[in-house]
Amino acid sequence: MALNKIWVVVDRAHDKVTPASLELLTKARDLAGNVEGITWGDAAPLAADAGSYGATTLHTVGDLGSGLPGPAVAGAISEQIAAGNGPDAVFVAQSYDGRDIAGRLSAKTDRPVLTNIVGLEDVDGGLVSEHAIFGGTQVLKARFTGAAPGIYVVRAKSFAAESNGGGPAAVVNIGVPALGASGSAIVLSSHVEESEGPKLDEAPVVVSGGRGLGEAGGYKLIEELAKLLKGAAGASRAIVDAGWVPYSHQVGQTGKTVKPTVYIACGISGATQHMVGMKNSKNIIAINKDQEAPIFSIADLGIVGDVHKVLPKLIEALQKRG
Amino acid sequence: MNVVVCVKQIPDPAAPGKLDPSTKTLAREGKLILDESDSYGVEMGLQLAEQAGGGEVTLVSMAPNSETSGLRTALAMGAAKAILVSDPSLAGSDALGTAKVLAAAIKRAEPDLIIAATESTDGYTGTLPVQVAEILGLPSVTFSKKVTVSEGKVRVERQTEAGYDEVEVALPALITVTAGVVEPRYPSFKGIMAAKGKPVDEVTVADLGVAAGAVGSAGSGQEVVSVQPAEARQGGEIVVDEGDGHEKIVAFLEQLKVI
Repeated sequence: MALNKIWVVVDRAHDKVTPASLELLTKARDLAGNVEGITWGDAAPLAADAGSYGATTLHTVGDLGSGLPGPAVAGAISEQIAAGNGPDAVFVAQSYDGRDIAGRLSAKTDRPVLTNIVGLEDVDGGLVSEHAIFGGTQVLKARFTGAAPGIYVVRAKSFAAESNGGGPAAVVNIGVPALGASGSAIVLSSHVEESEGPKLDEAPVVVSGGRGLGEAGGYKLIEELAKLLKGAAGASRAIVDAGWVPYSHQVGQTGKTVKPTVYIACGISGATQHMVGMKNSKNIIAINKDQEAPIFSIADLGIVGDVHKVLPKLIEALQKRG
Repeated sequence: MNVVVCVKQIPDPAAPGKLDPSTKTLAREGKLILDESDSYGVEMGLQLAEQAGGGEVTLVSMAPNSETSGLRTALAMGAAKAILVSDPSLAGSDALGTAKVLAAAIKRAEPDLIIAATESTDGYTGTLPVQVAEILGLPSVTFSKKVTVSEGKVRVERQTEAGYDEVEVALPALITVTAGVVEPRYPSFKGIMAAKGKPVDEVTVADLGVAAGAVGSAGSGQEVVSVQPAEARQGGEIVVDEGDGHEKIVAFLEQLKVI
């Protein structure tokens, strides 16, 4: 099977294509001659970016009303596949909406789905996906054996996003079949939770805290250090589960993938769950009491010590520098 | 209100993971425990059933062998009963095959609400709940961080990149809950004793009327090509803090021109 046509689900944040979708368009362009996007809502504001990263056409299912994207986008794609107009592969970013779309599409078309993909290559005309397993210590390669298209769900930051200077994608409206009950969830309102400083997955510096902080109040040190370094504050799953910080701060397998210039892990032992989300940071600093903590095996600088002693001194030293 | 909570029994995540050498799928041998991610769904289900003033929580799970130790933990928390799909032919099932089996088992319980974790700790495919919803023709709301039910509708605060959306859907529906959404109760001694006598309905794939070809390795439309060690990241300098650990960090940040 040669790869001729790839569809990329173009995830949007208001009137912008998300960075993860731009990464997928770039990769799709490397793999296939014909790359098309599919999105929801008014596609006109997205057409320039989608085109310049590789899509010739941007399909849209149109206004969702108050509905969620999952059922409508999956319905539209599956109808195209049933009509014989489907692509050879569907790429979906592993976002909140992306997983909904991929799951629904998989069940609708009776095709399996590969998720947590961190690499894709063309091997003899077929796609082979790469997955980081066991905290990123092993690389598993997999492929689909059934009828095309396979559904590939890719983690953010797996590929670079590069424009090729292409003109705007042609916007095409695409039909959505009747969704019935499956499309009946409605969004009543959207709330923005303002956080100070840069976003976790875009920040050049990420300071994360874990169980070693001892109690919820200890997270203040993390926020203070992050602010001083103009970075973002992250967290291990353990302290999110414990309710110390909201889920939106979580770095790891469940949660965000980050690749900052500097990652500072404070009181984080380095469970596989966490490492998979941050091990590709350019530089890693770890502070932990336990010399045997797995996090030290990937740290460029490891401080064996108590975060409650090291962090206040570090914060003070940085404050003095102004 | 009757609630089904999908739960998974997994090997202890603290132990190093292993692949079965022949199938290259996750080895799930030895004692299995309740996936901690699922304890939040169990707690949420119990609270919602209690608030509704009636109804019960039924667990639905799947395992290639008749393992029930993880289910007993959730029963001890207060779930009324469990349906365990147990069949050797399930080994090697992919997420879609698993979804088909779970959907068929869930149907038996005729729930008003189905709750699952956003993803399991061991396999973390993260699509299974939505696949189940689609197979059952139900609406779904994923990544719920707050859930309330009233007048036949469930209202959810759904995590988004920017914050959260308030989403409403009429029952029956499926939701996935993030870890930390509620605080799971510890099973009481009384609960643990009671759990031993609670019914676990063990069914096979054939009992559920699911085609044998849809499950297991044979039904899986994907295969592992290879597994290799990842390029190891070089560890760096490890120093013991003698009161000067912060200075090392400042020097390192200076060297990187971050400060």
